[in-house]
Amino acid sequence: MDYFIELFLGGITRGAIYALIALGYTMVYGIIGLINFAHGEIYMIGAFTSFIVATVLSIYGFPLLAIVLIAGVAAVIWSSAYGYTVEKIAYKPLRHAPRLSPLISAIGMSVFLQNYVLLAQTSDFLPFPELIPEFAFMEPVAHIIGSSDIIILITTAVIMIILTVVIKFTRVGKAMRATAQDRTMAMLVGINVNRIISATFIIGSALAAIGGLLIASHVGQINFYIGFLAGIKAFTAAVLGGIGSIPGAVLGSLVLGLTESFATGYVSSDYEDVFAFSLLVLILIFKPSGLLGKAETKKV
Amino acid sequence: MLRLENVQAGYGNILAIKDVNLEITQGEIITLIGANGAGKSTTLMSISGVVPIRAGRISFKDQDIHRKEPDEIVRMGICQVPEGRHIFPQLTVQENLDMGAFLRKDKKEIKQDIDYVFSLFPILAERRGQDGGTLSGGEQQMLAMSRALMARPQLLLLDEPSMGLAPLVIKQIFEIIKQINIENNTTIFLVEQNANQALHIADRGYVIENGKIVFSGTAESLLKNTDIQKAYLGI
Repeated sequence: MDYFIELFLGGITRGAIYALIALGYTMVYGIIGLINFAHGEIYMIGAFTSFIVATVLSIYGFPLLAIVLIAGVAAVIWSSAYGYTVEKIAYKPLRHAPRLSPLISAIGMSVFLQNYVLLAQTSDFLPFPELIPEFAFMEPVAHIIGSSDIIILITTAVIMIILTVVIKFTRVGKAMRATAQDRTMAMLVGINVNRIISATFIIGSALAAIGGLLIASHVGQINFYIGFLAGIKAFTAAVLGGIGSIPGAVLGSLVLGLTESFATGYVSSDYEDVFAFSLLVLILIFKPSGLLGKAETKKV
Repeated sequence: MLRLENVQAGYGNILAIKDVNLEITQGEIITLIGANGAGKSTTLMSISGVVPIRAGRISFKDQDIHRKEPDEIVRMGICQVPEGRHIFPQLTVQENLDMGAFLRKDKKEIKQDIDYVFSLFPILAERRGQDGGTLSGGEQQMLAMSRALMARPQLLLLDEPSMGLAPLVIKQIFEIIKQINIENNTTIFLVEQNANQALHIADRGYVIENGKIVFSGTAESLLKNTDIQKAYLGI
């Protein structure tokens, strides 16, 4: 039973991290109908930024909590700046182009950012400092769940609540929902749609950056390529839950995380991805719009 | 108040309006009538800044607006109820109205205005918490007009408000248009295929064919014109 619970909690933790990245995919898709393939790279840049900042600060002997906070803030700001710039350079000029053009532009951006980090940093795996220590009070349950899992779960839960409140009740959140539902009408009520699109990219990038910090510290190493697999997984989770739907992205991420965790625990870790992507294929066959997605109807 | 001079606009390779000249003075109701595809909606969309113009000039209160962003144009006091109403389907009636007041900060007066549109359309008060997408066509039209009124427009652009509605609802909508014009001194630019109804509440009218204004005059003169009777009034 302990083993089951351990796998379950491990799956939820995984899912929570996927959710942080998947939200960026789904929000951007909801607003401009684009799969932002460079999103995984934004997450990777977040991990690198927090790596650099954390390493420098630990040399100067900062306390752990300060390191985590400063590295987190730096990663959020830096990744957001990248997300914002990517949209301005690679997607905005193609706003009125056929749908395929920005998609290709996104793939180009993804490859560019990977290689840019490869050249500017290194191709080696870098050891990421352990930012989340083992807490003493976690001792009795340490065989089921680690301290960093708990931190990841709590952080993600808090972020989800904040995001929900922002989208539901604030001015910018309402404008985002309106823009996602009807962009022309959003313009006609006086919403500056370009600004809302930028805001969406910034929020999505900030979430991915926090994901980058948490995973890197959990896994213990990073390189320029981590964004690719994480991006594909989070994208899968977003599609699983119904792309464009925010609760869908969270649900899809949890389902994906649990599937992977149980597949690893009961079958073999070699089959982790097989199960994850088989699940995607099954969902796409039997419910193409995803778990919580709405079937898209197009007027002809 | 609003003046269009030799305006050209279109999408891709298609020039939807080729030469539109018209003028609206403060407090008027004017109507633009024409067949499907004549360029009526494009004219409104270029006034709102959604479709950029290729040539010509649009000015509002002696200020050029054709290079401004849609949100700046709304801020200046021009609001549009587009064809097909464009209700935000997953926002409630209340939230749809809130979006109409997006650029306003005066909370107290926004609340008064909500009460005002509820007095114009009492059914909306009952539907307050319902998603916009679940309303009937007539209710959606009422919501779309109310949402535009929430911005306290000086000039209200209405694109085919009667489309797809039952005759009784159309009558009600047209009465309210007249009422808005009188009570708030809101200038109204009404685009209609339903030329007969439109000309009966309008002061003046323009006729558009293939992207060009071909006729203009007072509503009475248009109603009496035999060519227009044949082409648009079905007489």
